[in-house]
Amino acid sequence: MRINPRITDKLARIVLNTQAFFTVGILVIIILIIILKGAPHINLEFILSAPEDMGRHGGIFFTIIGTVFLVFLSILLATPLGVGTAIFLTEYTKESRFTKIIRFGVESLAGIPSILYGLFGFIFFVIKLRMGWSLLAGVLTMAIMILPTIIRTSEEAIKAVPRNLRIVSYSLSATKWETVTRVVLPSAAPGILTGIMLSIGRAVGETAAIIFTMGSSLRLPMSLMDSGRTMAVHFYILAREGISMEKAYATALILVLSILFINIIAYYIMNRVIAKYS
Amino acid sequence: MPMTDKALFKEKFIKGILVSFALSSLFFLFLIFIFIFIEGLPLFHKIGLKNIIFGFKWAPTKGSFGIFPMIVSSFFVTFGALIVGAPLGLSCAIYLSEYSGKKMKMFLKPALELLAGIPSVVYGFLGVIYIVPIVRDCLGGPGFSLLSASIILGIMILPTIISISFDALMGVPKTYREGSYAMGATKWQTIFRIVIPSASSGILASFILGMGRAIGETMAVIMIAGNALKIPTSILDPLRTLTGNIALELAYATGDHRLGLFSTGVVLLVIIMILNYIANFSIKRKIIK
Repeated sequence: MRINPRITDKLARIVLNTQAFFTVGILVIIILIIILKGAPHINLEFILSAPEDMGRHGGIFFTIIGTVFLVFLSILLATPLGVGTAIFLTEYTKESRFTKIIRFGVESLAGIPSILYGLFGFIFFVIKLRMGWSLLAGVLTMAIMILPTIIRTSEEAIKAVPRNLRIVSYSLSATKWETVTRVVLPSAAPGILTGIMLSIGRAVGETAAIIFTMGSSLRLPMSLMDSGRTMAVHFYILAREGISMEKAYATALILVLSILFINIIAYYIMNRVIAKYS
Repeated sequence: MPMTDKALFKEKFIKGILVSFALSSLFFLFLIFIFIFIEGLPLFHKIGLKNIIFGFKWAPTKGSFGIFPMIVSSFFVTFGALIVGAPLGLSCAIYLSEYSGKKMKMFLKPALELLAGIPSVVYGFLGVIYIVPIVRDCLGGPGFSLLSASIILGIMILPTIISISFDALMGVPKTYREGSYAMGATKWQTIFRIVIPSASSGILASFILGMGRAIGETMAVIMIAGNALKIPTSILDPLRTLTGNIALELAYATGDHRLGLFSTGVVLLVIIMILNYIANFSIKRKIIK
């Protein structure tokens, strides 16, 4: 017996709708659980005081500082490198075997899982270059890890800048570099910023690559050679070693809220860019 | 106005710097490969490729470095994640590209992509608190299992599958759909017979990239998979993946034990590179077509 196509059509619509809302439901549930379980344990003291007794008491201030140091420094390293690569790929060369090889490198870096970055950072920075478990080793590993994201988003942003702007700039006898710095980059800046925000989000939530390079010392890192602990690593240790469920939920809430906040800003900037050019 | 020598030199200098920046990605990739291989390969030489890849016993302090159960487990978890994530992700992508209105799309797509922003440790934690007990109480076994890990990883790969499948579906020309409607086909017939086949290589790429993400996932997996050193015989058995093996032991391993973890890394790196190559290949084929 053949089923009436109209009935299959209705059925398909219902099934697809259900699945889409089920998926959104998962997201909502995850965030609700974290907010409901974490919010009661969060106050200003939790954010601003040092962890005590392995994190069983006190706050997470040192881990917030550790996270900020790690993220800020790795972005500081990766941004010029990533944007420079994107400028080269879009403005200074034509599609060729050379650019294909570079793109292959970027794609491959993007596909390597974080635990292998951890493994590499551990043997290269921590052991061979004798940095030990340190902020510096963490920063260098993280900078390499976020490089592909920054390159790809910057490239998209630079490509979206209308060609006419460049032509006008050249007709005013500007050099290539002047055109890039005064015309192309300012127009592409919001798009590049989106990539940076997404990278920050990734760096804040990363654990596997950081725990083996930056270590997990609960002291405040005072120099680049000190070990330190990020919020994500702190959360992992609290949860895995069962140190304190309340503190774990509270840390998870701060962690997820800061990542959501960063991502929402990134989408906001991106939508404004799309609105501008279309 | 002709450029002065100084200006010309400056332009060349800048180009040189940009080339070196662009080469840095390749350089880093090279470094990662070299250092993981330098540490990981000697053991293959010493113990034998066969005894590592097809060895069943992992007792690194006693000279046994078999990682076969972990290779199998990694693939089990990856396929498990795909079974959970692929239908759900593809349905979401179809809903977004074919059914939802513009406003809904503007809201849903970023919301679903936010799933990607939630750190893997948080997924692992929620898995331990909510999925593991449910599996243990309803189905038996320790709860820390292939099934629990597959469910959590299936959710984690959703954003990858949704966003790449969505792009593939949106890339199907409008005229295809109009032609199909003109023949009297219903919306679902059009989607099922025209749109999905046309976007199939992009959809396939999304599944493969999802697999790449699942096989490389570490922290969530070590929290919920139970990390037992044998090949799971049922979906309720605990298991240890390649990534888990590295993460669980790297902090304290020394000597040959540490080298064994790098050998595990070599195997993982090779699997990942093959998956990425296949995914990029199937995306490229779509573009050429």
